[in-house]
Amino acid sequence: MTAVPDIRPRADTRSWYRRNEIAITPWLFLAPGLLFFAFYVIFPIFQSFQVSFYDWDGLGDLTEQGRFIGLDNYRELAGDRNFEISLWNNLKWLLLYLLAIPMGLGIALFLNQTVTGIRLYKSLFFFPFVISQVVVGLVFSWFYLPDVGLLNVMLGWFGLSINILGSPDTATYGIIAAGLWPQTAYCMILYLTGLNAVDPEQIEAARLDGAKGPKMLWYVILPQLKPATFIAFVVTIIGALRSFDLVSIMTNGGPFGSTRVLSFYMFEKALAEFGFRMGYGAAIAVVLFLIMLVFIAYFLWSMWRDERAAR
Amino acid sequence: MFPTPIAKSSRQWQLTYQALLPVALILWLLPLIAVMLFSIKPDSDFTSGNYWGVPGSFDLISNYGKVFFESEMPRYLLNSAFITIPTVIGTVALSCMTGFALGIYRFKGNLLIFFMFIAGNFVPFQILMVPVRDFTIALDLYDTKTGLVLFHIAFQTGFCTLFMRNFIRALPFPLIEAARVEGVSEWRIFVYVVLPLMKPAIAALSVLIFTFIWNDYFWAIVLTQGPDSQPVTAGITAFNSQYRAAYHLMSAGSIVAALPPVAMFFLMQKHFIAGLTLGAVK
Repeated sequence: MTAVPDIRPRADTRSWYRRNEIAITPWLFLAPGLLFFAFYVIFPIFQSFQVSFYDWDGLGDLTEQGRFIGLDNYRELAGDRNFEISLWNNLKWLLLYLLAIPMGLGIALFLNQTVTGIRLYKSLFFFPFVISQVVVGLVFSWFYLPDVGLLNVMLGWFGLSINILGSPDTATYGIIAAGLWPQTAYCMILYLTGLNAVDPEQIEAARLDGAKGPKMLWYVILPQLKPATFIAFVVTIIGALRSFDLVSIMTNGGPFGSTRVLSFYMFEKALAEFGFRMGYGAAIAVVLFLIMLVFIAYFLWSMWRDERAAR
Repeated sequence: MFPTPIAKSSRQWQLTYQALLPVALILWLLPLIAVMLFSIKPDSDFTSGNYWGVPGSFDLISNYGKVFFESEMPRYLLNSAFITIPTVIGTVALSCMTGFALGIYRFKGNLLIFFMFIAGNFVPFQILMVPVRDFTIALDLYDTKTGLVLFHIAFQTGFCTLFMRNFIRALPFPLIEAARVEGVSEWRIFVYVVLPLMKPAIAALSVLIFTFIWNDYFWAIVLTQGPDSQPVTAGITAFNSQYRAAYHLMSAGSIVAALPPVAMFFLMQKHFIAGLTLGAVK
């Protein structure tokens, strides 16, 4: 077949759409995703702020059935002992959850070898992350059972025993330990991938200079693992503040409300107690959101900086 | 390679390392191994206080049989599948498009929209809970699988857009320019040039989203109520109250509930890890 070259002046004959195709196409492609995201994520954030100024049980329309009470929900929060406990527990979660990062790095360094079967070992070490938090919670609450749980059976060999989830002093730490299990696995896989990409020439050069062990790790390896560390920080902090499943499954906030965190307390106030208090719940959610916003802003700022550098 | 490859070290340390590996693994998975042991024990072991000894009899088939034939478990599993699979398809479809739009075109507001998707993906669920529940009730979708699917698609689109956009950014741009010079329409460029190159990203996201959604608990209890539409993560609590203190059945039930994402992970390991570690290497 012979191709006949099109030599007519095209600019005028093309339709409006064809002429503006490059400007319009991205918006057509974005439209469905943006619509979904706006209605289910962006608008609800602002609506929650609005709800937090109301006394509302969730029935009927907010502005008709609800009663506008200004900042009263927030004033009540300031004097709410349970809110204070939840806030402190969130802080414990945040700090202790970060242990997942060095622990994950430790396991990654331990497993970064080439012996037979190491791939399977890596997969099995990563395994806890794939299991749902609900099952992790169940598994750990059985593990912690007083008298018959495996932990207490093993402690029994040394004449010790502890009822971790039954005591207000230890329950939160027990739940955090359960949460650290999958989170450490996640950090481990991030670092394993990072270690894989470390520049071997730099290591050889550093070895020739006599660097080894911890010094090598600190001055040569860790700087190259920075992207992995950043992601580990992001997912760990978000994970710590999102903790809900484990608290709900393992203790349901108890004993004596000592293991509540903001996410759980909000749910309890808005949905689980008698007479839904949507407004009060929304106020708790707003506080949690504002705490998270500090971190989100920092993450976005870092990503923005990288994005500009890449341009 | 860091640490120093084991092959270069002394024979003694090599042997120690080989021995240490299984010990470390058993310690690491101890809570899980305990549950597996529970799930094959007979009921009589628990009533007689034989929690950790040798099983009185090997009851794997009868325990798991009870889970599958005498409880609501199969229904919950089916619900989970009917929630998870449409979510995966919907999310991947939407994010291929948003990722294409944000990755290929330069227009005002591009970065802003991109960062809005990322930011939305980080917010705590609780700030969305009351309005999303309301919205779902208003759509008459409360306590339906569809209601849950629609929300999941919307929320996961945030993370997936980040993923897809960065993936498309890394594709060779001259390919698209060449197609444009040929007069190929933008829509066709998406379908015939970009989509075929996105297969690895689509595979990675599919397994990740499958796992995330299968394991979701919070939205399941906020947006659904009974065995008609609740997924297995929420159903397991009902299952456990039915078999209170019957540890052999609760353990078997938990393992069954956790299995599909585990199977997914082992089948598609490479894609799963590629998705999870996106950005961990520059």
